[in-house]
Amino acid sequence: MNTVARDPVARGRATALVLGVCVLWPLLQIAEFNPAALFAPGNLATLGGFLSTFLPPATEADFLGLLAAATLDTLAIATVGIALAMLIAVPLALLSTRSLSVGRLDGRLRPFSEAVRLFARGLTLVLRGVPELVWALVFVRIFGLGPAAGVAALAITYGGMLAKVYAEILESTDLTPTRALLAAGSGRLGALGYGLLPVASDELVSYTVYRWECAVRASVVMGFVGAGGLGQLMDQSMKMLNGGEACSILIAFLLLVMAADALSAWLRRQVC
Amino acid sequence: MISLSAVCVAHARGRLALDGIDLSVTAGERVAVIGPSGAGKTTLLRVIGASLRPTVGQLRIDGVDPWSLNGRALQGLRSRIGKMHQAPPIPPRQRVVTAVLAGRLGQWPLWRAVASLVYPLDIAGARAVLEPLGLADRLFDRCDQLSGGQLQRVALARLFYQQPQLVLADEPVSALDPALARSVAVALNEDAKQRGVTLIASLHAVDLALSEFSRVIGLRDGRVAFDRPAAQLGPAEIDALYAGAPVSEVVETPESAPRPRLTRCA
Repeated sequence: MNTVARDPVARGRATALVLGVCVLWPLLQIAEFNPAALFAPGNLATLGGFLSTFLPPATEADFLGLLAAATLDTLAIATVGIALAMLIAVPLALLSTRSLSVGRLDGRLRPFSEAVRLFARGLTLVLRGVPELVWALVFVRIFGLGPAAGVAALAITYGGMLAKVYAEILESTDLTPTRALLAAGSGRLGALGYGLLPVASDELVSYTVYRWECAVRASVVMGFVGAGGLGQLMDQSMKMLNGGEACSILIAFLLLVMAADALSAWLRRQVC
Repeated sequence: MISLSAVCVAHARGRLALDGIDLSVTAGERVAVIGPSGAGKTTLLRVIGASLRPTVGQLRIDGVDPWSLNGRALQGLRSRIGKMHQAPPIPPRQRVVTAVLAGRLGQWPLWRAVASLVYPLDIAGARAVLEPLGLADRLFDRCDQLSGGQLQRVALARLFYQQPQLVLADEPVSALDPALARSVAVALNEDAKQRGVTLIASLHAVDLALSEFSRVIGLRDGRVAFDRPAAQLGPAEIDALYAGAPVSEVVETPESAPRPRLTRCA
């Protein structure tokens, strides 16, 4: 009898580890990331000088008014952007997911459905392939400076991202209820509502809220190229070297992200 | 009227799950399919339910080959076939009323299915099928608050709500305690008798097959070992059916464990 003393998969694991290091090390060199630079005395002094201009946070009444308006702008951009993105994402996800395929159930090939699925997948790839910042630069030329450009840019890229992840969530959930409904002659949308969504809803909701949080961040970045909101205000404060204002803006931003986190936790409790 | 002629089903790697099955079941018959694990009971039920296309041979339901139908007609046929499974395919977070109403998704137009998700449109209908099963008071509870036996009875209520002309039950009582198993088997048979529909069930409990069903088919290695009225079946034949079945095959393996959920960061 052949007795194996060693774990037969150990060699494979060791190989994977060595390969991982071999790939990561050159990439680290290319990225020119050198942690020691963070702690060089000259750099620390520069950093300290920069951060000290942030204190105290600006609290003038007219600036706080501006800040409130900009925060509202950012919230509106992110929320409307995500809402439009969902309008794009839901049909695309339903077209590209394999979970609702009747052909998969009985093994009959339906070339037309496969073609539609491939086309939908290609479209989501194109939508999310271009960064939202580039879309924002394009739309600023169409809509002019202001929130509308940010909304359009978010709707397009996030539509692509949500579609891809929605489709994947729908494929990675337990499909037994859906298959049973399809096998009992239910239509695809019926099977979606009665079999798939009840299983997948918590993950769909929490991913959407997480994406909303990302959209808040992205809308701040897009503000730097003129798409309104906290980013645009931040850009102006930084250009005027007003650290106190930048600090207040960062605090507002932090509060927004914390609110998003709380909302996500609350929504998950409602669904589960 | 269901007829199978020379039906074979080959799995991957060429193993035959069904090997030349000839069978006909007339309307209103109540048939139990018994046999050791791996004999092909589940495959046979999936073929009859027009879920699995036979590799060779032909299935006819009321004289029609389901696989010659177009998509819509096949969907219509499937909506007239009710299926029950060992593990009830009901989402845990769904409410009982919704799970029951889902039985008629194949007959309802889409607007009705969607509207019923917002507000259940046939609460009285759902209550009427749950009442005899002793679950009327759980109508608005979530299914994950029910026990395994209660959940299987919800699946039964969904089947009754669907009012199918053909009922296929794949080991519907294997996960239940003996008393509950008998009551579910009796309920299935009573409904079939009352509405005059055909019932085909695969069972591990031979005593239930003999006492409740009118006809028993013994399946082994994908072939029909015997096929006769329950009253004419002796213990010798049943012992022969199960004799020599490897112990490892008798151990039930769950059909497919739910896949682990992925955590996504993007």
